[in-house]
Order: sequence, then C-alpha cells, then structure tokens
Amino acid sequence: MRHLSTNLHEFESAAELENYINENENVMVCCGRMGPMCIPVYGVMEELEEERENVKFAVMAFDSPEAGIIRNDPACRGFMGLPFTMYYKNGQAAHATSSIQNMQQVTTILDEQFGA
Amino acid sequence: MPQEEIFDVIIVGAGAAGLTAGIYSSRAKLSTLILNEGAIGGQMVLTEEIANYPGVDTKKGYMLANTMKMQAKQFGCKIKSGLQIKSYDLEGEVKHFVLDDGREFSSRAVILTPGGRPRSLGIPGEESFKGKGISYCATCDGEFFTGKEVVVVGGGNSALEEAVALTSYATRVTIVHQFDHFQAFKHAVEQAEKNPKISFIMESELRSFKGDGVLQEVTMEHLPKGKITTMRTDGVFIFAGYIPNTEDLDGIVELNERKEIVTDTDLKTNLPGVFAAGDCIVKKYRQVTTAVADGTIASLSAAEYLRS
Repeated sequence: MRHLSTNLHEFESAAELENYINENENVMVCCGRMGPMCIPVYGVMEELEEERENVKFAVMAFDSPEAGIIRNDPACRGFMGLPFTMYYKNGQAAHATSSIQNMQQVTTILDEQFGA
Repeated sequence: MPQEEIFDVIIVGAGAAGLTAGIYSSRAKLSTLILNEGAIGGQMVLTEEIANYPGVDTKKGYMLANTMKMQAKQFGCKIKSGLQIKSYDLEGEVKHFVLDDGREFSSRAVILTPGGRPRSLGIPGEESFKGKGISYCATCDGEFFTGKEVVVVGGGNSALEEAVALTSYATRVTIVHQFDHFQAFKHAVEQAEKNPKISFIMESELRSFKGDGVLQEVTMEHLPKGKITTMRTDGVFIFAGYIPNTEDLDGIVELNERKEIVTDTDLKTNLPGVFAAGDCIVKKYRQVTTAVADGTIASLSAAEYLRS
C-alpha cells in the first residue's frame, strides 16, 4: 500500500529496499511524510528522474515500521529533521542528509557521489 | 541555440499566483508556459493544512497545490519545473528567457510570480546544523525534540503558534525575538504567554550555532547592551519571516527597498507586457487567497495587453 503521493517508486518493505540497492549501482531514497519539508525534495527527485538515467529514485514512508532500515542507519545518527535522504552506491550508504534540500543541493550530492 | 517555442504568456513561478495565472491564461486559449525554479505549489506545500480557503474544506497544502497544477494542465498550460533561469530579457516586444542548461523560451507577455521563501538567519553554523538541531517546521520535526529544550526564533504568528505547538514535545521552549514586542496577533501572544513551558528573551538576536555533530548551544546578543551570552539548547526552530525571490530580477524590473516588485492596480510592472503577482509584489497581506486573486488579475491584464 502506498503512503506517499508521488510519482516515484515507493518501497513498502526493508527487504525490497535492500534488493533494490543491491541490484542498482546508484540509488537515492527519500524517507519522509507528505509534509512541507519533504514534498519539495520529492519534487526535485521527480524532475531529476527524467534526466539522470544513471540514478534510481525512490521514496519510503517514514512512519512505516519497515523504514527502520533508514531511520536506524548509522548514517542518520543525530538526524532531527524530515526527510531523511539516503544515497546508496553499490548497496552501501554513501551519503545521507536531514531536512529539506533544494535542487542545487541534491544535484551537487548526486554529482559528487554518482558522477555527473 | 535553437528556440523551442514562442508562447503568448510565460509565467515565472508555480505557487498559488503562478498556477492561477496559468489556469486563467490557458483557459483563455493563450499558449502558456510556466517556468518554475522551486517546488510546484510554492509556499502552499510548506503549509500543513489550509483551513481558510473559501469553498474548500480544510485541506493539506500540497493537495490544494496539486489540484491547481492539474487544473492548469487540463486547460493546456505547460509546466517546466526544477530548472534555473540564467537570464531574462524583458524589455522588447518579445521577451526571452535562457535557462542554465541552454534552453531558450520566448513570449509576448510575462507574469512574474517567483514568490518568497522563509528567511534564514544567515549566521555561522546554520547550514551545518540544518536537520541536526535546526528546523524550520515544528509540525515536521517537533517529535524529534520530545523531552528536550528548544529555542524558537521570531515574533510573528508562525513563531508564537509553533512555539505553543512545540510544548507538546519539548520540556521547555524559549522564544527569542529581536524587538521588545511581538508582531503576532494578540490571541497568539496570549496563548504563548499563558503556557508555563514557554519563556521569552526579548530584544535579542542569535549570533551563532555550535555543537559537535548536532546542535548543542547558541550564542545570542542582547541588542540594547550588546552583551553576548551562550545558551545550551537541543534545537532551534526559525520562523523569521519571508523574503521575496527577486534577486535575479534586480535591475530588470522596478523593485522597492524590500526587493518587492512594484506594480499598479492591474499588476503591471514598469515594463510593457510584464506583470507580477503573489508574494513577490508590494502589498500588505500575503495569503493563498490574495495570491490567487493576484494571479487572476495579472492573467486578465496580460490578456488585455496581448489583445491591444
């Protein structure tokens, strides 16, 4: 069952996320709610999904028990702002951010972590 | 660089004003393009719930924005979002836009609705501790501060209402405000004053954020005496007002001293064929409803300009 009103792929289980990041080299996952800090990040991802073919974009509902795989990731230690956004490279967490990010901030991270 | 298409109207921004202008212009059979740099919906999506939009039951901000976007698209309005406008040429009969990726767009009329954004404090540590103690949304992040002590910066309705909301989570909320009085409505001030978890530090401004990985303390200046003090805190929520997104328009259209676009009652700017609407223009009240009204007026004015 989808919880987030976006056009992005939504993970419903931790196992699905694990399979996905292992099967895809570069993955960005935004874990949030339909709130004011999260929606702009989903919008950025929807725009980038068309032009960044080397990256897979997905979301996960923050309040799902399955999202513990992101909430409890060591990369998110100390995070106190939604959304938690993870960048996975070859199945491993390469970078993570907390709170709202704009297009420029996201593209900078994508360039640094996954290449332009 | 080849031009993609010449439109009747190009609208800059896809907040309430821009989407409304898109609805009206495209429904009037004007070829219409919205160029949007931020999130579609603008500050509507930054609003958890909108309860005072006439004719609509209390609704999530993003849902109202999504409805407006769908309406505009249904009438034929094209929307390109998540882009960066590199240059504007608005002086001739045909207006030109160049994006940072090299794409070019032209139109005979332009409606500027770039909106505004929450004002950041611009002090050391703010960007580093965003999401690690610094927040701009109590509804979103309040629960992370359960059992902790937080500071709220600001003196408007948002600051005081969010401070009261934060007392559901935090053990103590300290409101820091630069003036000796609040700009918020009396009711909001009273609600904050009678809450035993809330205390006030007036005539003071934060100067820096410090911590080891997460925010741990702030320094602040008591403005009348210039005295700097340090305060331990687990979090800071910033509600310091809004600023118009007009930096790129400075020197292109007339702005006032607050960098708001100057318009007449038909929402014409100083440039022929260029109109402006929404939170970016000189006006007193900034609501979704006023932005919608502005978008309507600007669109009708642009249509009249194109007919003449």
